[in-house]
Amino acid sequence: MAGPVGPGGALETVAGSVQHTTTGLTASVVLRRGDLRLDVDLAVAAGDVTAVLGPNGAGKTTLLRALAGLQPLDAGRIVLDGTVLDDPELGTFVPPDRRPVGVVFQDYRLFPHQSVLDNVAFGLRSRGWSRRRARLAATGWLERVGLEDRAGARTAELSGGQAQRVALARALATEPRLLLLDEPLSALDASSRATTRRELRRHLDAWPGVRVVVTHDPFEAAALASHLVVVEEGRVVQSGTLSEISARPRSPWVADLVGVNLLRGQAAGDRVVVEGGLVLSVPGAGAAAAGGASVPGGGIEVFAVVHPRAVALHRQAPEGSPRNVWAGTAAALDREGDRVRVQVGGPSPIVAEVTTAAVTELGLADGGPVWVSVKATEVTVHPV
Amino acid sequence: MTTMASRTRSGTLVVAVMMAVAAACGSGSSTRPSATSPPVTLGVFAASSLTEAFTDIGRRYAKAVPGTKAELDFESSSDLARKINDGAPADVFVSADEPNMDKVVSAGNAAAPKIVSRNRLQLLVAKGNPKHFTGLADLEHPDVLFVLCAPEVPCGRLGARALRKAGVVAEPASLEANVKAVVSKVTLGEADAGIVYVTDVLASGASAEGVDIADAADADLEALYPAAVVRQSTHPDDAHRFIDFVLSPEGQGVLARFGFRGP
Amino acid sequence: MRARRARRRLSVVVVAPAVLGATFLVLPLVGLLWRAPWHSLVDDLTSPEARTALRLSLVTSLGATLVAACLGIPLAWVLARATFPGRRLVRAMALLPLVLPPVVGGVALLLAFGRRGLLGAWLLDWFGIRLPFTTAGAIVAEAFVAMPFLVITAEAAFRNVDRRYEDAARTLGARPATVFRRVTLPLVAPALVAGAVLGWARALGEFGATITFAGNAPGRTQTVPLEVFLALESGRSGVAISLSLVLLVVCLGVLVGLRERWLGPSARAEP
Repeated sequence: MAGPVGPGGALETVAGSVQHTTTGLTASVVLRRGDLRLDVDLAVAAGDVTAVLGPNGAGKTTLLRALAGLQPLDAGRIVLDGTVLDDPELGTFVPPDRRPVGVVFQDYRLFPHQSVLDNVAFGLRSRGWSRRRARLAATGWLERVGLEDRAGARTAELSGGQAQRVALARALATEPRLLLLDEPLSALDASSRATTRRELRRHLDAWPGVRVVVTHDPFEAAALASHLVVVEEGRVVQSGTLSEISARPRSPWVADLVGVNLLRGQAAGDRVVVEGGLVLSVPGAGAAAAGGASVPGGGIEVFAVVHPRAVALHRQAPEGSPRNVWAGTAAALDREGDRVRVQVGGPSPIVAEVTTAAVTELGLADGGPVWVSVKATEVTVHPV
Repeated sequence: MTTMASRTRSGTLVVAVMMAVAAACGSGSSTRPSATSPPVTLGVFAASSLTEAFTDIGRRYAKAVPGTKAELDFESSSDLARKINDGAPADVFVSADEPNMDKVVSAGNAAAPKIVSRNRLQLLVAKGNPKHFTGLADLEHPDVLFVLCAPEVPCGRLGARALRKAGVVAEPASLEANVKAVVSKVTLGEADAGIVYVTDVLASGASAEGVDIADAADADLEALYPAAVVRQSTHPDDAHRFIDFVLSPEGQGVLARFGFRGP
Repeated sequence: MRARRARRRLSVVVVAPAVLGATFLVLPLVGLLWRAPWHSLVDDLTSPEARTALRLSLVTSLGATLVAACLGIPLAWVLARATFPGRRLVRAMALLPLVLPPVVGGVALLLAFGRRGLLGAWLLDWFGIRLPFTTAGAIVAEAFVAMPFLVITAEAAFRNVDRRYEDAARTLGARPATVFRRVTLPLVAPALVAGAVLGWARALGEFGATITFAGNAPGRTQTVPLEVFLALESGRSGVAISLSLVLLVVCLGVLVGLRERWLGPSARAEP
């Protein structure tokens, strides 16, 4: 899903150096706010969705506010489609109302004193459009998010998912070049989260321009974006696709949260069929997958999550208690203190975390065969 | 559980109530004045125009009759009459005109008023008389702002009568609540002139000056000051003594010094 | 079972003074109703003096509320949003008329806006505008006492407005002025209305500042409170009580109508 890297396209960021482009977003955000010191470089091509992932207090929201223009930079630069939005050194600052940036806030912030339609029309009216014209366009946007029948409703009457869609329509109505979403799903309850996430993905895909999603939930990040940037304590600690990040987590938080094995597959009954053909026996998988998208042929789209420490390695096929067992080849060994992360290749690649002693004991070597076992109870199933 | 707190609360309440009761009981006793008994305080309700003169008289009275004190309340006669009829604790009422005294007498709250002084009207103007007032007729000038007392106040009634008598057709900018308010408006420079008493002009000292009114000496434009003992007085004998003091040579001397005329 | 026992716990120590307090406040109003001249009420109120005073009071109180709003709301905005040296002092001054004796206020107004006042002399010399002894002067005096109500409620409202809505509006492309007009103002409007109504009621009842600054002239500056005072003096207590009743009903109506808005500004906060 990453945009093509071609002439004029965005370039992958390397910490400290940011290349200027004529489309897309390139930002070097440096600012201090209270105890937080933010220093993040970001580059997103037009048509791309990037998720900024990090724990609470990492500075994600501040980053978003800086991109929106609600928080001026102390140093650095923000360039969108070749236009400089903020550059303290040059003395340039484009206020938020003049930036082609749309924001969907975590708490939606629909104006309580206006109807749904007028909320969506707000941005257009602020541009000087006549009420009739703005309302006409707003109706179109509401149709696109499937809420044209709620046009006259008051914002307080909407459900969480509906409010989110209205907030999205409102932001998109002004046809911004950069769309920022702040924790778009966190305000929803668990049951509607999965369905809303899918719909949001659909709407985001249908719209060109740069999209940045800020979240602390890796599932949200993985579901909505192709490219992840992990921010902790105001700094970028890692960036890449989800599998790249999981494979080599570079901080304890990432390791804990994202450094799990996220295996995409389909759940039905007591089994999960993982991409690549691996079949995991997980009692209750089908039930745990409730709310996820159904696939033709039965089954529900899921992430099967297994922590690397729960992945056991053996020289020979183990026997005994109910486990999932399969053979694979040990590839890349990653040492971290006295723990080693072993990437096990095979139909469905998986990462195991074992002690250095175990590595010696198992005689693991690059490319050597190894047996993998995972207890059924160690697999958690999440609907997509 | 809360007994400790409620006990403290009850205790505080009891003390507070006791203190209130003690304070209420502490004041007001009616005994004959003597060197050893507590001093008698007379409540004297007097018209505003008597302010300066009666303040001096009050001081002298306290010296002349040991064991007594005069507490003076200066307001417009109409206000005072109303208060007395409503039961205010006054001992002596000195009004600036007979109608207001009649209000009190006919309500049965005073009897046998005696005239203790007289006063005449005068036009009060700014120091130096910059607008060159010569009499009431000048008040008709369109640029002039003048004030009167409200019609219920003696000075206002007389002032309106004086204007009618002089054939002056002019509307005052304001009808003040008492004669001292008229003085203030002129001395502050808000009004060019005001109809007050001669005594008020004298009392205003250097801040203003007076212009004579042609018919001021006429009987129907003269202010008469009746004084009477109020029915609800707790010291009627002392009250009479006060009025006698006002009529005495010493009292009349004070009044004359302030510009009043004899009864 | 427990709920019933809890309700009975209201101690006499608190209830007794509370009842006294309520009586203290209610009794004078009851007295007014008791002694009201019901039989001549209509005549009293339709007498020429009463009608003039009522009409004048309506004009001056509405004018005063308008002046207080036009000056007080921007002031409240500045106090709520800007930081500058002396801000606390300015806020204290804006609230001064609340505690200042009205007559003192009237004298102060004279010294400022009177014919020889700081500003008044200039107004007179340059524009020929005179305020004392005029209806405009009565409006000024009433505006003086009404303004604190508007400033307090407006400042609190502006403080409590959720900045997040304003941020959202700006990201949608609304300039600061547009944000104020289309988002902030509608959100604070209920509070502003409450403040204005309260200010209006206060302006309606003002006496001391009016009579001192504007004077007392029927039809020009003799508002209802002044008419009540003078009617009382001249023995026309019927008119005095009747007009007092009118003021009482109006003020009660205002307070009952406002209820939570004034007594609990946070109770009805915007969502």
